[in-house]
Amino acid sequence: MSNSLSKFYAFCLLLLPAHLLAAGEKTADVVLVADSRHLTGIMAWWTNLFNESHLYFALLTIVVIPLAGVILGTIADLLMGCIGINLKSRALREG
Amino acid sequence: MNWLYAFMPIAGVHIWWPGLVILGLGVGIIGGFFGMGGAWMVTPGLNVLGFPMAFAIGTDITHMAGKSLISTMRHSKFGNVDYKLSLIMVFGTIGGLEIGARNVMWLERIGKIDLYVRCGYLVLLTMIAWLVFADVVKRRNKDRAARAAGRPVDPLATGIEWYKTLQQIKIPPVVTFPKAGIRCSVWLPVAVAFVTGWMAGILGIGGGLIRMPSLIYLIGVPTHIAVGTDLFEIAVSGLYGAATYSYKGRVELLAAFIMLIGAAVGAQIGAVATKYVRGYGIRIFFGIAVIGCDISVVMKVVASAYPHFKNVLDICAATLIIGLVTLLSLTIVVKFIRGVREELAMKKEQTAVAA
Repeated sequence: MSNSLSKFYAFCLLLLPAHLLAAGEKTADVVLVADSRHLTGIMAWWTNLFNESHLYFALLTIVVIPLAGVILGTIADLLMGCIGINLKSRALREG
Repeated sequence: MNWLYAFMPIAGVHIWWPGLVILGLGVGIIGGFFGMGGAWMVTPGLNVLGFPMAFAIGTDITHMAGKSLISTMRHSKFGNVDYKLSLIMVFGTIGGLEIGARNVMWLERIGKIDLYVRCGYLVLLTMIAWLVFADVVKRRNKDRAARAAGRPVDPLATGIEWYKTLQQIKIPPVVTFPKAGIRCSVWLPVAVAFVTGWMAGILGIGGGLIRMPSLIYLIGVPTHIAVGTDLFEIAVSGLYGAATYSYKGRVELLAAFIMLIGAAVGAQIGAVATKYVRGYGIRIFFGIAVIGCDISVVMKVVASAYPHFKNVLDICAATLIIGLVTLLSLTIVVKFIRGVREELAMKKEQTAVAA
């Protein structure tokens, strides 16, 4: 009896991965292609860069975004400095 | 009026670009003021403007990295940033963010992303709104009790103090954060950052919406320091989020850049406005914003369940988000203008006395 039971368990274990795989229906990965047909100049360049390599596009993104942030932030900071308020200290208060 | 619409080549949609500038400006003000990316408004906002949800999330995280950097630069000059705490939390956030981003890709493949993201927002926003207002009520009760007992009201007192219990868990190494004025196990901020990072990755937010209250209520950081510290953390982890989402092809860089132009101005205004508002004032504004956002998400969920009302509810949700961003931004701008005028008047008076 115990022998047949252990055979049954072994059979179940053997089938288990198949059941698990069957449970989640496999779907194809979504492939994105940017439409660069009507673009020119820098827009066409970075769209083609996206199509050619997502890695290069990612590298471009992490360089462009902080750089743009620092440049725009510095300009805005200079403009804010023209108002004449103290931009270096603040009293800590929860209140 | 075709010139008002810009073609987004990667997402393949035409977008009303002034909407992107306005969204950037509004969220810059709100983000700089509350110490968060403001993505909880931007993701639905971009979705409403016409971006598919996965692109709305990726573009949002990307723009947020730049905008938070601008706000951090300003807050740092006020001494509002605890860099040590931020850098420790970054590790937890990045781990959580990566797992969250992978979950999003999986949800996108099985076609459930919109529903799951919206339901996640709903639960989270409701909890945060409750937390903020429960804290405000508890704090007021404490003030009242102090006055009734004839004791002076402690200006640095807080309502909900879960952090006191959590700080007692001394799993080594235990570190001191002098800027924030706290001492706790290093695992506390790491764990908080991991969970908030994971949620941020799934919901496509920088995590500030969750991390700002977590810093206050779970770690015990004062409100103003929480704002600055959180922004620095968002800038670093947002950059990682930008890298991972752009590698997965879900970032519309052009839209992120357009938004950044508005956000640069907004972030400065929001950050400087914190000079003129008390910590609990910031918390109450924050709670109001969360409730408004919560209602708009409810509308979106109802709209997907009842297609007959979809158009009406979508318009109502968009109106509410735009209205909320406008109202909060205007309130913060008014506080900023009043504060600047008062400070300039005081400065003038001091100069006159000295002369």
